[in-house]
Amino acid sequence: MVTLTCVAAALAVVPLVVILAYLMKQGAGSLSLDFFTRMPRPVGEPGGGMSNAIVGTLILIGIASAVGLPVGIGAGLYLAEHRGTRLANGVRFLADVLNGLPSIVMGIFAWQFLVRPFGHFSALAGGAAIGAMMIPLVTRTTEEMVLTVPQSLREAALALGYPRWRTSLQIVLRTALGGIVTGVLVAVARVAGETAPLLFTVLGNEFWSTSLTQPIAALPLQIFTYANSPYEEWHSLAWAGALVLILMVLIISLIARVVTRARHAGGHD
Amino acid sequence: MTDAGERGTGVTLREPAPTTEHGLPPAMRVVGLHAYFGSNHAVRDVSLDFPTHEVTAIIGPSGCGKSTLLRCLNRMHEAIPIARVEGKVFFHDADIYAGGVDPIALRRHVGMVFQRPTPFPTMSIRDNVAAGLRIMPGKKPSRAAVDEIVERALREAALWDEVKDRLKASATMISGGQQQRLCIARALATAPHVLLLDEPTASLDPISTQKVEELVYELRKTMTVIIVTHNMQQAARVSDRTVFMLAGEMIETAPTRVMFTTPSDERTEAYITGRFG
Repeated sequence: MVTLTCVAAALAVVPLVVILAYLMKQGAGSLSLDFFTRMPRPVGEPGGGMSNAIVGTLILIGIASAVGLPVGIGAGLYLAEHRGTRLANGVRFLADVLNGLPSIVMGIFAWQFLVRPFGHFSALAGGAAIGAMMIPLVTRTTEEMVLTVPQSLREAALALGYPRWRTSLQIVLRTALGGIVTGVLVAVARVAGETAPLLFTVLGNEFWSTSLTQPIAALPLQIFTYANSPYEEWHSLAWAGALVLILMVLIISLIARVVTRARHAGGHD
Repeated sequence: MTDAGERGTGVTLREPAPTTEHGLPPAMRVVGLHAYFGSNHAVRDVSLDFPTHEVTAIIGPSGCGKSTLLRCLNRMHEAIPIARVEGKVFFHDADIYAGGVDPIALRRHVGMVFQRPTPFPTMSIRDNVAAGLRIMPGKKPSRAAVDEIVERALREAALWDEVKDRLKASATMISGGQQQRLCIARALATAPHVLLLDEPTASLDPISTQKVEELVYELRKTMTVIIVTHNMQQAARVSDRTVFMLAGEMIETAPTRVMFTTPSDERTEAYITGRFG
């Protein structure tokens, strides 16, 4: 039995190892400073990079955070502080359902309500779509982290004359902040690589654009386009793009771990 | 119920106590108080006075309602969703359960320290002590003024010498006994009229316990202290008056020396002599 579970545990990380190794082999060759600083070149011209897509992805993550964090953290705080109410139970269930929603459905939905009415694709629509995907993740992590704050701390604040809202924000939320930051970073890492919602909302852009109301380039989309093209040099750029994307996610996860560890180290006396 | 108290006032206190002859009205007065947790009737028809500038100890076996009674005095009882209170509690002649009374404002005047130390872990030692000041209504005190109040509160809590060189350190970096005195300093910083202590030494070592007891003894010069304790020696050491509770009812209240030498109720005597509880 131990052998079986041990084998299963080893198999669990095989996909990541294989993917990373293959990406390294295929993508590292095209990875250079140019990849981060240069614009895409037309077919046939060698060189060029994906600077617009990297910046575009960062902008999209910014918009998504602006949408997802306030709503997610606020909702999580409510779920934890009003546990057992009908609204809290309903919201918790629906957040779990939303969490399981296929991302392409989110994309179609965003297209219907954020793209069609305005007549054009935009960075805002895409950011909102992946921001909505962040909401259930952030909500549930925030709820769990707030629940770990001991009740005695709330009582101490109330007994000192803190109103309930200040107790929630200044004592409870602040105490749980380390864990919430970790959850937020995990959520960012999750949505950073989303492609399906972006296909319907930001479209992608061959040119440099940071306008929020215009189509914008994004790494997952650029990878999709380049990998589907018939050109050999675009294929290798797609590999490099995939490598950069996975490294971004890896770095975010590492930051999340460091933050978590710092919190635990500081929490003990 | 207050008969026993009037009989002994001013006669039975041990030290030359400057506060006994003040003739002030009681700081707090409980009249016909009932407290419930759902269907559990935790405090049953309690009426008593808490004299100003005295230390009143509430003793009794576990589950007798002494902590619940204490929590009714700053309206913390109602912070629990299924809790309910009936009756009147007067703080300086005003019924704190009357309509229009803001429990938040009340709690700034009636401070509380809990059984386990509850420093705010995200704040420094200094900011913990200043926590109550930051939410006071009106103009924000200057940095220098806050520093002054923090030092005074820490000195009153007998903690200043131990932490004065690391006021910016996290409050979780000091020992449990120091944390508890920090919580007392935090409660003192807003200069409350009444301080409620809910078994403040239950989780402390003997030396820390002694420090807290000495502190309580000093505090009655400036405020009214009500302390819940399961430790009868502690009640005898620190308090001017003692209240004995059993199964939600107040059995007896008397000056501490009277209570511990000649209790008038046989149940009090049985408890004090260790026959139950």
